[in-house]
Amino acid sequence: MEKLLVVNNVSKTYGGYKALNNASIEVEKGSIFGLLGPNGAGKTTLIRIINQITMPDTGSVILDGEPLQPHHIKYIGYLPEERGLYKSMKVGEQALYLAQLKGLSKQEAKERLKYWFDRLEIGDWWDKKIQELSKGMAQKIQFVVTVLHKPKLLIFDEPFSGFDPINANLIKDEILKLRDEGATVIFSTHRMESVEEMCDHIALIHKSNKILDGKLIDIKRQYKNNTFEIGLITQDHASTTAMLKDKFEISPATFKSINNELQYKVRIPDSVSSNDFVSYLTSLGQLTHFVEVVPSASDIFIETIQKN
Amino acid sequence: MNHLPLIIKREYLTKVRNKSFIIMTFLSPLIFVGIFALVAYLSSLNNDTVRKISVLDESGLFKDEFNSSPHLQYKLLGETTLQNAKEEAEKEEVYGLLYIPKIDRLEDLSKEITFYSEDSPSLSLMGDINDLLENKVNTLKLKEAGIDSETIKNLHINISANQETFKGKETSKLGSGLKLIFGGLAGYLLFMFIIIYGNMIMRSVIEEKTSRVIEVIISSVKPRLLLLGKIFGTTLAGITQFVVWVVLILVLMTVVTSIFGIDPASATPSQQVLDNSVNGGTQQILQDVMMEINNLPITNLIIMFILFFVGGYLLYASLYASVGAAVDSETDTQQFMMPILMPLILAVYVGFFTVIDNPHGTVSQVFSYIPFTSPVVMLMRIPFGVPLWQQIISVLILFASFIAMVWFAAKIYRVGILMYGKKPTYKEIFKWLKY
Repeated sequence: MEKLLVVNNVSKTYGGYKALNNASIEVEKGSIFGLLGPNGAGKTTLIRIINQITMPDTGSVILDGEPLQPHHIKYIGYLPEERGLYKSMKVGEQALYLAQLKGLSKQEAKERLKYWFDRLEIGDWWDKKIQELSKGMAQKIQFVVTVLHKPKLLIFDEPFSGFDPINANLIKDEILKLRDEGATVIFSTHRMESVEEMCDHIALIHKSNKILDGKLIDIKRQYKNNTFEIGLITQDHASTTAMLKDKFEISPATFKSINNELQYKVRIPDSVSSNDFVSYLTSLGQLTHFVEVVPSASDIFIETIQKN
Repeated sequence: MNHLPLIIKREYLTKVRNKSFIIMTFLSPLIFVGIFALVAYLSSLNNDTVRKISVLDESGLFKDEFNSSPHLQYKLLGETTLQNAKEEAEKEEVYGLLYIPKIDRLEDLSKEITFYSEDSPSLSLMGDINDLLENKVNTLKLKEAGIDSETIKNLHINISANQETFKGKETSKLGSGLKLIFGGLAGYLLFMFIIIYGNMIMRSVIEEKTSRVIEVIISSVKPRLLLLGKIFGTTLAGITQFVVWVVLILVLMTVVTSIFGIDPASATPSQQVLDNSVNGGTQQILQDVMMEINNLPITNLIIMFILFFVGGYLLYASLYASVGAAVDSETDTQQFMMPILMPLILAVYVGFFTVIDNPHGTVSQVFSYIPFTSPVVMLMRIPFGVPLWQQIISVLILFASFIAMVWFAAKIYRVGILMYGKKPTYKEIFKWLKY
């Protein structure tokens, strides 16, 4: 796959504080890349370097095959976490201004704004001042401004904060749609369920270092450990539990069920195949539930951070 | 991709459309003219009151000296005692009672004359009375010594040395005065302009931070460009306001003076003094002034005034911008204000004391090159004749400093955005420069 963005061994120090240490990421064209990490890990520093707000001390950034240059800003759309708009400016004027700063002509900006305003049904806000809008409304404007100049690379830092669930979904769908239209998205968030839903690729930054990087599916494969959630109806629950405990690592599980059954998470050794395990279980009683436990993004996040 | 005009336009329009800006633009001249009219009206009221002063002159020396004027009436009391005079004065509610006792020697008068009144009398009135008495006593003393006061007056000769440069150009005291007035006005104007609009620039720089729009903006434009745009945009707005003020004040003044029939000259006492002193010779003075103005290097002055005014203003504006770049909110700016105003005040002091004393002395020369003081000091020196190359060097230094200052502010700005909610110290700002 072609890479849109390559960050090579980038380091950044503020005074005595190392904000980023030899971080490298590669973002494939047309993918959604999740940039994860606890607060203060260095995500925002990395994003700011990509946006040329700060310069890296060492390392290089390559966008679409070229080393990053000032004119590249028009290919990037950035929605920062700390965001706001000029409070006393009117919505339309402000959007036009910001779009023109990104290199759009006034006419072009007007047409595209009209398209987006109609699309998000916010056309009648054009002459309102930002200070008259709610936070969520202002966020919508901000989103439109970010994507208006059709950037190749979109960077969203916590895009859903401040949105109600309906609008969050709306924005999520818009992001996915932009991706389908060819944009590449870097996505930084603490909301793991959206990572799960949207990201193809993730990188985890912790204490200025990148500690995990890869396709979400691959990472999940890597993190799964042959654990299955089972439901079993037997004559004697106590003796069955004892037998399972004897053979495998088990832990209690709870899932919704209409039966009154044994519910466990069971980890089986690598030597045992899942088929063998199923036949063993059916020999013990009636099998009502059998699911492989796949680690969630949240599990992976917590586990990796705790390990480091 | 030059965004500068775009930024300037936004800054300008935002300022000019701002409600409080519009209100201040139109209200300030109204308030100014209103206060002027009020003062003129009140002082005319004040002049209308007639002060009555009773005079008890037991010495009999001053009988003919007290000439009543429309605002001041003297009443000479006949034979009566001081006690009676006081009681009467209090009863009649006169402004005061001047008591001159009978004395043997004129010298004793200096200690014996007393003015009685309800409250402390006005200083100017007391001054007038003292002068009047002093004049009379001096004349009497001269007479006593056998000298005629008229003779002395006739013997007095006024000396006014002609001034000429070695090259034969005539200079004059009047010319020096005009030069000072020009320099002083230029310096004062610059000073006012900086103080009024410097703050506006600072607030405008802080605006992006308080509204948190900063990260979006500087991911689109370079901080240097943004700051330049802000400085130019705000300056244009400032000039607009200033022009409106001047025009409105002139128009309103004309209206007010014609409606109320106030003579603006009467409201300014210095004008009165001037009028009296040149009584009659106004035409001559006017001619002299015109001649002196013609003698000044007008073109040079005007061009340099514009260059130094613009350069000086921009330099200070960029200083204000750096302060705005360093802080998060206006409340944090206090500690940085003093260092900005210090060089400005220093410039004015050097201008008004050193340059007047010696326009081409070492101190004046040095300060006319230092960019923070040169706009005021050099402008005050130029009328006295400064070689063109010196002026040009000074202007170049000034504009170079402006560019350097904007670069410096942009540097602070770039780092300042990363530090929300923290009031920076000088040490930290110094460190930021190295990031």
